Amino acid sequence: MVAAEMVAAADATTAENRTLTAPQKSSDDIIAEFVDVHRHYQMGDNLVRALNGVSMQVKRGDYLTIMGRSGSGKSTMLNLLGCLDRPTTGEYRVGGRDVSKLSDDALSDVRGTEIGFIFQSFNLIPQLTVLENLEVPLFYQGRVGPESRKKAEYLADRVGLGQRLEHRPLELSGGQQQRVAIARALMNDPLFLLADEATGNLDSNTESEILNLFDDLREKDGITIVMVTHNPTVAERADRTLWLKDGEVEKLIENHRNAAVAGEHA
Amino acid sequence: MIRDSWRIVRLGLKSLMLHKLRSSLTTAGILFGVASVIAMLAVGEGAKREALERFRDMGVSNLIARSKKPAETQSSSSQSSWTALAYGLLYSEADLIKASIPDAEVVRIREIKRPMMRGEYFHTSIIVGTEPKFLKVASMTVREGRWLSDTDNERLMNVCVLGATLARMLFPLENPMDQTVLVSGNDRYRVVGILKEQGRTAGAGSTPYDECMFVPINTSRRRFGDSITTRSGGSFSRERVELNEVKVMMQSSDEVPAGARILRDLLDSKHKENSDVVVTVPLELLRQEEESKRMFNIVLAVIASISLLVGGIGIMNVMLATVTERTREIGIRRALGAKKKHIIQQFLVEAGVLSALGGIVGVLIGIALPFGITYYFEQQTHILPQHVLLAFCISAGVGIVFGIYPAWRAANMDPVDALRHE
Repeated sequence: MVAAEMVAAADATTAENRTLTAPQKSSDDIIAEFVDVHRHYQMGDNLVRALNGVSMQVKRGDYLTIMGRSGSGKSTMLNLLGCLDRPTTGEYRVGGRDVSKLSDDALSDVRGTEIGFIFQSFNLIPQLTVLENLEVPLFYQGRVGPESRKKAEYLADRVGLGQRLEHRPLELSGGQQQRVAIARALMNDPLFLLADEATGNLDSNTESEILNLFDDLREKDGITIVMVTHNPTVAERADRTLWLKDGEVEKLIENHRNAAVAGEHA
Repeated sequence: MIRDSWRIVRLGLKSLMLHKLRSSLTTAGILFGVASVIAMLAVGEGAKREALERFRDMGVSNLIARSKKPAETQSSSSQSSWTALAYGLLYSEADLIKASIPDAEVVRIREIKRPMMRGEYFHTSIIVGTEPKFLKVASMTVREGRWLSDTDNERLMNVCVLGATLARMLFPLENPMDQTVLVSGNDRYRVVGILKEQGRTAGAGSTPYDECMFVPINTSRRRFGDSITTRSGGSFSRERVELNEVKVMMQSSDEVPAGARILRDLLDSKHKENSDVVVTVPLELLRQEEESKRMFNIVLAVIASISLLVGGIGIMNVMLATVTERTREIGIRRALGAKKKHIIQQFLVEAGVLSALGGIVGVLIGIALPFGITYYFEQQTHILPQHVLLAFCISAGVGIVFGIYPAWRAANMDPVDALRHE
């Protein structure tokens, strides 16, 4: 709790005071929203309609997975959600702001302040230590300092890394590396975590550890999670699963696990 | 701000450490460039100073006419050994010069090689017969005693003034003042003065004035005459020379060209056939030297630019490879909020650090090298701080200039593609 207070204090300077210890599960405000999003690519003479009118919403505290076969538009959706790409038409609102027409620099800022990326292959920077890796997102916001170090220490502890801040990524196991990546994604207090096959490179034991960590983060800290996956076991742990097919929303399945849990209790 | 800059530089260093060998090899290009620039500039500067000193020793407002033994021809070698070979400047010509250039100081000099002895100490050197004005024209100073006077000259006094080195050689243990030096075993000269050490190369022919003995010119003419007989290998050769050198000192260096024209015209008419008189104008030599120095500098600059250009291309090459290799890292950084300018900054700093490292080592080697050159080749060198600074700045600049394109490429990658890159 002490550490959490420090983090809260460190964060007091930012306009929006979203801390890990302030779960806002009850509020159902929409933090990310697709409104009839199209993404078309010109491939030679063919027009590829990677996304073809997708609308969806992510609410605060949500745990959403996006599934679909390859070619269904999953990756495109991920890129758009992560502000790495812009829709051809339609609106993408992050925290109520339409980001679909923003400049490259402005999009970089949105990525740096609102989104926490977690990748399949961890994507840590090998020449940097764990601590330095954690500080990368804040560096681009000009917020590296004693506070960022405290925050990194707190988050490393929170994700179960303990005292490994001075290690290099390659000295760590896959599970540990992914924990670093999760901590890094949380460094900028994002609106939501955006995970791309976060457990795809891990064995099944480590996979369940990481998935437990996600559950824990959501329950205790109210973190919103959007995960793209093709693994049904992973998708089962989420509240909702959005199925994509041929660039369109095929179906939205609510609450597998929670329904099951509720059923058990009934 | 400073902390962030340091962070970026440290990141650059860390990234370069990923490929130590590659980085050091690339650095070597710049290193040799910088080191050679500094060394070459130091050698050039040293040579320039040496030349300047040499000509300054001769005096920039002086004109020097020197007798030169004509090249021996077939006929001259077959002539009778009793016929004296007459060449060079004459007393009458010196008077003519004085009359033609009235404002100038004209000094007559006769040089004769003779053995000198003082007790057990012995040295063969040049006896310079000259006039009191010599001291001023050759810009020398007396350390002890006095210089030759007009009275000495008029009365044909057997007095001498010693060059500093010669004084040491003949009188290593005693004060030479008022002692006598024995010349050719029978002539005694009283030492009336000792000159201050000059440390210059200019002197009587190839003998620096520091090693010469100075006597009144009239005394020298009376004692030794104009004809000198030398014996070599059983045969005698006789030479008749009145004056070995006439120094003409103009009132200022501005008058040198006019004086040189008069002097040349005058001597050309007298010494047309056999070029037995050479006129040297230090100022002209200085100008020529400066001219050739300019050419030398241009050549130097071109060589230096080429070596730095090659170094720069090396850096660009490595940075392009680095950018390709680290495409994934660029993607990650972009995903974590880096703007294009951040990526450009990162890779520019990395290129700058790479070449600045080479620059630093290059500066050290470049400073050390001239000392080695001076030591082994006895070539004067001189390192100017601005040259060192220039070389270093160029090296850092080269890194940044040649880093621009790779950095630009890195920044303009599509983040999506960059992240997908294996």
